[in-house]
Amino acid sequence: MTVRVGESARALPFQKAALPLLDDAQLRKNVRHATDTIQRKRGLVVAEQTDWQELRTAASAIKRHTLKHLDTYLTQFEERFTAAGGVVHWASDADEANRIVLGLVQQYGGKEVIKIKTMTSDETRLNEALEQAGVHPYETDLAELIIQLGHDKPSHIVVPALHKNRAQIREIFLREMGLKELGNRPEDLTAAARRFLREKFLRVKIGVSGANFLIAETGGVCIVESEGNGRMCLTMPEVLISMAGIEKVIPSFEDLEVFLQLLPRSATGERMNPYNSIWTGTHEDDGPKHFHVVLLDNGRTSILADKESRQTLHCIRCAACLNTCPVYRQTGGHAYGSSYAGPIGAIFTPQVLNMEHAQSLPYASSLCGACYEVCPVKINIPEVLIHLRGRVVREQKSALDPEALGMKAMATVFGSRHRFEAAQRLARVGQWPVVSHGWVRHLPGMMGNWTAVRDMKAIPDQPFRAWWKQRQKKQEKQA
Amino acid sequence: MSGTREAVLKRIRSAIGGSSADAAAREAEREVLPREYRRAGSLDADARLAMFIERLHEYDANVVRTDAARVAVAIGAILQEHGQRSVIVADGFPVEMLPDPITPKSGAAGGPAESFAFRREEKANVEDLDRCDGIITSCFAGIAFTGSIVLTHGPGEGARRFTLLPDRHLCVVRTEQVVETVPEAMDRLAGFATAPITFISGPSATADIEMMRVRGVHGPRFLDVVLVG
Amino acid sequence: MRITLFITCYNDTLFPETGQAVVRLLERLGHEVVFPLDQTCCGQMHYNTGYQREAVPLMKRFVETFREAETICIPSSSCVAMIRDHYPLMAEESGDAELVRAVEELLPRIYELSELLVKKLGLEDVGAYYAHRVTYHASCHSLRGLQLGDIPLRLLRKVRGIDLVELPNIDRCCGFGGTFAVKNGDVSAAMLAEKMKDVENTTAEVCTAVDNSCLMHIFGGLHRARAGVKTVHLAQILASTEAEGEA
Repeated sequence: MTVRVGESARALPFQKAALPLLDDAQLRKNVRHATDTIQRKRGLVVAEQTDWQELRTAASAIKRHTLKHLDTYLTQFEERFTAAGGVVHWASDADEANRIVLGLVQQYGGKEVIKIKTMTSDETRLNEALEQAGVHPYETDLAELIIQLGHDKPSHIVVPALHKNRAQIREIFLREMGLKELGNRPEDLTAAARRFLREKFLRVKIGVSGANFLIAETGGVCIVESEGNGRMCLTMPEVLISMAGIEKVIPSFEDLEVFLQLLPRSATGERMNPYNSIWTGTHEDDGPKHFHVVLLDNGRTSILADKESRQTLHCIRCAACLNTCPVYRQTGGHAYGSSYAGPIGAIFTPQVLNMEHAQSLPYASSLCGACYEVCPVKINIPEVLIHLRGRVVREQKSALDPEALGMKAMATVFGSRHRFEAAQRLARVGQWPVVSHGWVRHLPGMMGNWTAVRDMKAIPDQPFRAWWKQRQKKQEKQA
Repeated sequence: MSGTREAVLKRIRSAIGGSSADAAAREAEREVLPREYRRAGSLDADARLAMFIERLHEYDANVVRTDAARVAVAIGAILQEHGQRSVIVADGFPVEMLPDPITPKSGAAGGPAESFAFRREEKANVEDLDRCDGIITSCFAGIAFTGSIVLTHGPGEGARRFTLLPDRHLCVVRTEQVVETVPEAMDRLAGFATAPITFISGPSATADIEMMRVRGVHGPRFLDVVLVG
Repeated sequence: MRITLFITCYNDTLFPETGQAVVRLLERLGHEVVFPLDQTCCGQMHYNTGYQREAVPLMKRFVETFREAETICIPSSSCVAMIRDHYPLMAEESGDAELVRAVEELLPRIYELSELLVKKLGLEDVGAYYAHRVTYHASCHSLRGLQLGDIPLRLLRKVRGIDLVELPNIDRCCGFGGTFAVKNGDVSAAMLAEKMKDVENTTAEVCTAVDNSCLMHIFGGLHRARAGVKTVHLAQILASTEAEGEA
């Protein structure tokens, strides 16, 4: 199995994948409800944090600084983490990361693992790799459990099952947990998950997690979560394996004060999420005896090398950009063909894939800028999207592509006043086959997408410049 | 394996235009990173504590304020109110703060009189923690602005699993431990940076189903805070 | 003041009435309007669609055409955003120091129409009269690109006879997004449907904005749905007077 990021190497283009989702009224209702709710809560807690912009500025500067010195901070983390009793592994790509994790699980003789929600392991499709080798992963985050038991795919970075409502979740739990009765209040469903997982927390000896932050100065790891399933996986098993992208390192313990203020307010609209855990290596009589961190590259170094899109690596996976995105609002996450959905997915996924696949993603945005406005680490997502569109055009498109030919022709037209004026005349005269009573109601080819739901006024007889010239002449005459 | 390490580091160095090994230059750059955000609070002690209590309430935590002389009474009242009989106390938690375990008092809601039995953390295994009615700890700090309690799992604060498995967590916070802002708490934690640290902000919760907040998923469902001073 | 007009390629071709309204408005306010005929397009469509190389000559052409202008007025926030946000980087990447300097000198003299009126000319009341129920759509580029805030609304509030009603979800994109509307037609249509519902719920007769591009998209949908709501560029409302009628 070769994996770069989630399913995207074989995913449909965004505009095609979006179609069935746009027709799913229930899904769209669920997505709107969830994103509206988080956004409303976020708005309140961001407003009360009066130094929000200063925190964003600091976070962005810390991330920029870290990436500029990434080799040093990573090796510093490795050194301190090792001194604290941990073991660091390096993985070039998803397959290597999965092999390392599987090797460790086998080395410790495990047949099952308990997992905290981790984007990185979704990215590498670790669960599939483990299952193929006969190891059973139990997702312990409520939403990830819903996804796993429902044989579904995550559709959001923070609340991966937001596309399912309570009735749908109840059905999944009844079927997959083998229950005879179950209420349909969120409390009932949550209690069922608690009962289902508690025994596993007490029994399974290996935990697998991601990491929100790796602290270079101390060799510490920080994970933020809400349900306590994270703390279970971090402290109950004998072995803990954490998989983290190389961009997750921050220089100092003190830097956490910036991110711990930005992340919960951005992600769930809370002042602080219920639990933050920070720990360093192994601790005597408290938590796992063996702690491994797998540092994953998987295309991140190529993002680092692209100066204009390097800021993509600032991301702290809060998903505020998904919640505010008017495109995500319509489709939900599955249209993005990867576990990284929404605006951040639209820039992250194609870069990790080296632009070979997912070429439609940089275009899955109206460039409205809402994502940049809410981003706690100031990733200028529209700017990166435009940059990546440029790379798609330059690296992937043939010069004979109809769009490329059209764009080049237009550029030539705009290159001279006389060509532009001639084109205005030509368009006016040439539009007669599609105009009726001053309106265009059907256009051929790509432009048919425009007239599918919109009428268009016919091009008027006199462009502005013709009116201006006429007026100038009249005024000259009068003078 | 070490081949991969070198390969990744090489790719990083090539991406950033060479090694960043010049420690002095790097530190100088780090020193001047903009940190214009609020690093100290501005509230007086009363307002700070009022904010702490208000925000704990917003997380559905139960807060009782008392003074040093009456901590044990306050703890006893909470245990009785919730009918907690089997209670485990963190190692190092001061004995004088514990109510007398053998005094029978009338139980909650007019039920039969019950006494509570205390056990120490060191004598309890995972199953005991799973089955007990609650645990008692002290803490390292409180943060008013976020309504958080910070544990460094030192004496009196329990090991990490200790404050996780039981259904009810009673935490004693001294008023002088409460700071206003997150940076002030991080400042106090500076000397404990490599200890296990847990921030607790209300009972465990989820909003994964239709964005409705449900309290108590895997961690304690109930958080009682006794604020002393 | 001598004000040089960059009308933009699509206003020139598709919305001449907007350009005429800008001229009428600025002249009424006592300014001289100049229109260099060599102007064509700022390059936004090319740049945003990924044809950044093709946009470079268009940028050079713009800089050349407007180099001497002291105050430049553009009745399109997205074109202003293109120039402000991307020209500096494009110039830098061209490696042409002269071009970098020319862009740097040009930027402070460029104004979106409402910005020109309020910020540069210090006006809110431009003497307009427009007796209609109107709602204002804040385009993304005006809101988040140029950060115009309530500048266009301040102008509208001073229009006599107007019945101004607030558009719900004013900060949400209408789904135009240039080539997005064609490349992702179905998603764009879903976004448009939401915006149309918001517009119709205001019971306004007229929806206005500082960008004809959004309005072309919104009106296209409203017309297809026979909603009976017109769209009109802000310039046309501001140019209308009791004496001279609607622009």
